[in-house]
Amino acid sequence: MDLGVIGANIAKLWTNYWHIYLIEGVLTTLKLTVFAVVLGALLGIVVAMLKMSKNKIIRFLITVYIEVIRGTPLLLQLYIFYFVLPELLPVFDFSQFTWVAISLCINSSAYVSEIFRSGIQSVDKGQSEAARSLGLSKGQTMTRIVMPQAIKNILPALGNEFIMMLKETSLASTFFIGDLMTAHLKIKGATYLMLESLIITGLIYLAMTYPLSKLVEAFERKMKNAD
Amino acid sequence: MQTNIEMIKTVDLHKSFGKLHVLQGVNETVKKGEVVTVIGPSGGGKSTFLRCLNLLEVPEKGQIIFDGVDITQKGVNIDLHRQKMGMVFQNFNVFPHLDVCKNITLTPVLTKKKTQAEAEEMAKELLNRVGLIDKLHEMPGKLSGGQKQRLAIVRALAMEPEVMLFDEPTSALDPEMVGEVLDVIKGLVSTGMTSVIVTHEMRFAREVSDRVLFMAEGNVMESGKPADMFDNPQTPRFKEFLSKVL
Repeated sequence: MDLGVIGANIAKLWTNYWHIYLIEGVLTTLKLTVFAVVLGALLGIVVAMLKMSKNKIIRFLITVYIEVIRGTPLLLQLYIFYFVLPELLPVFDFSQFTWVAISLCINSSAYVSEIFRSGIQSVDKGQSEAARSLGLSKGQTMTRIVMPQAIKNILPALGNEFIMMLKETSLASTFFIGDLMTAHLKIKGATYLMLESLIITGLIYLAMTYPLSKLVEAFERKMKNAD
Repeated sequence: MQTNIEMIKTVDLHKSFGKLHVLQGVNETVKKGEVVTVIGPSGGGKSTFLRCLNLLEVPEKGQIIFDGVDITQKGVNIDLHRQKMGMVFQNFNVFPHLDVCKNITLTPVLTKKKTQAEAEEMAKELLNRVGLIDKLHEMPGKLSGGQKQRLAIVRALAMEPEVMLFDEPTSALDPEMVGEVLDVIKGLVSTGMTSVIVTHEMRFAREVSDRVLFMAEGNVMESGKPADMFDNPQTPRFKEFLSKVL
């Protein structure tokens, strides 16, 4: 293989198709990731609370939910949400993109719920006992005492979840959903330049994940110094 | 200071952790203004008894009557009763994310007992009393153990409680800091604050108590005035305990 030729091909691909990589691909990937992690986080908080519920049946059901989602491949879940659920539930007239986004969101919620739960449980029990002994309610104790202390464990893990999800959205290209990996498939199909397109695609993923992981690291360092 | 008004009364209090029957039917009454210390061997149920009084531990059986209300009944808003019972823990449990002032003012403001300004005024007054006024805007991480515990006491007092519960308040302290915390507690009980104090400090117990409870094997084995108790122990179990700690 001639490195010079590969370099020239990469330059050519970039000049001709940069908008497909960036405007279609990156934008769709970011849209999917933000949707999955933000809504996944909200759902994850609810799941985490239910997992710590006093009711045994609720706790059992939530445990099943978390274990099934974390114990099966995301691709399998995507198949179910893309092919099976629209058939089963025709009342939900969602676009294919939305079904994929929902699937990613559900997947994220299971991981995020465990992030929240372990963050909350990392706060010394004495803290909530002290707050309750002063006469604060359960809710006040959670929002004023436990959460502010848990957040420094939770935020970096959420950042890492965002990075993971950003990469995992590439599985959505199975359904040609328009993300960065789909952009690669399209351009490879049109030009037969697989290696060159893969290099570009990989570099774009890296350009997104590397700064993010540095950001998470910096935040963790800052939190450690604050102690 | 002691009156005849019953402040806290427990009736046949039982508590188990798994197979361990920690409280085996405790019947005790603390009168308003009374200072009661609880002594005894580890695992004898002292701390569990104290933690039941404000329902940090929920007893399986029995009643806790606080200020005339059985707080073990369903439908009782325990938060309201806890606001009248201050508690001080072995491990201080000050809030590390809040400065000294906020540690004190948070609860009175959240529970709408005081405005922020009133609460701050009171915080300053209380900190002055325990010699921590210069730490007003310090973070707890910068305080020594003794200072943290004094802060924890002040935080509880800011709710203007009717009773103070102390759970081995000096057990986690370096020896040279025990005195400063005991002095604050002594000052407090001399103002007539009803107090229940679990402690291993026998001299202190003898000095401040109106009454001493000796707890072992899940119940109160002996109780009485400190002088009678320490000078003239009755039960073999208490004699044995004293021979080991004195």
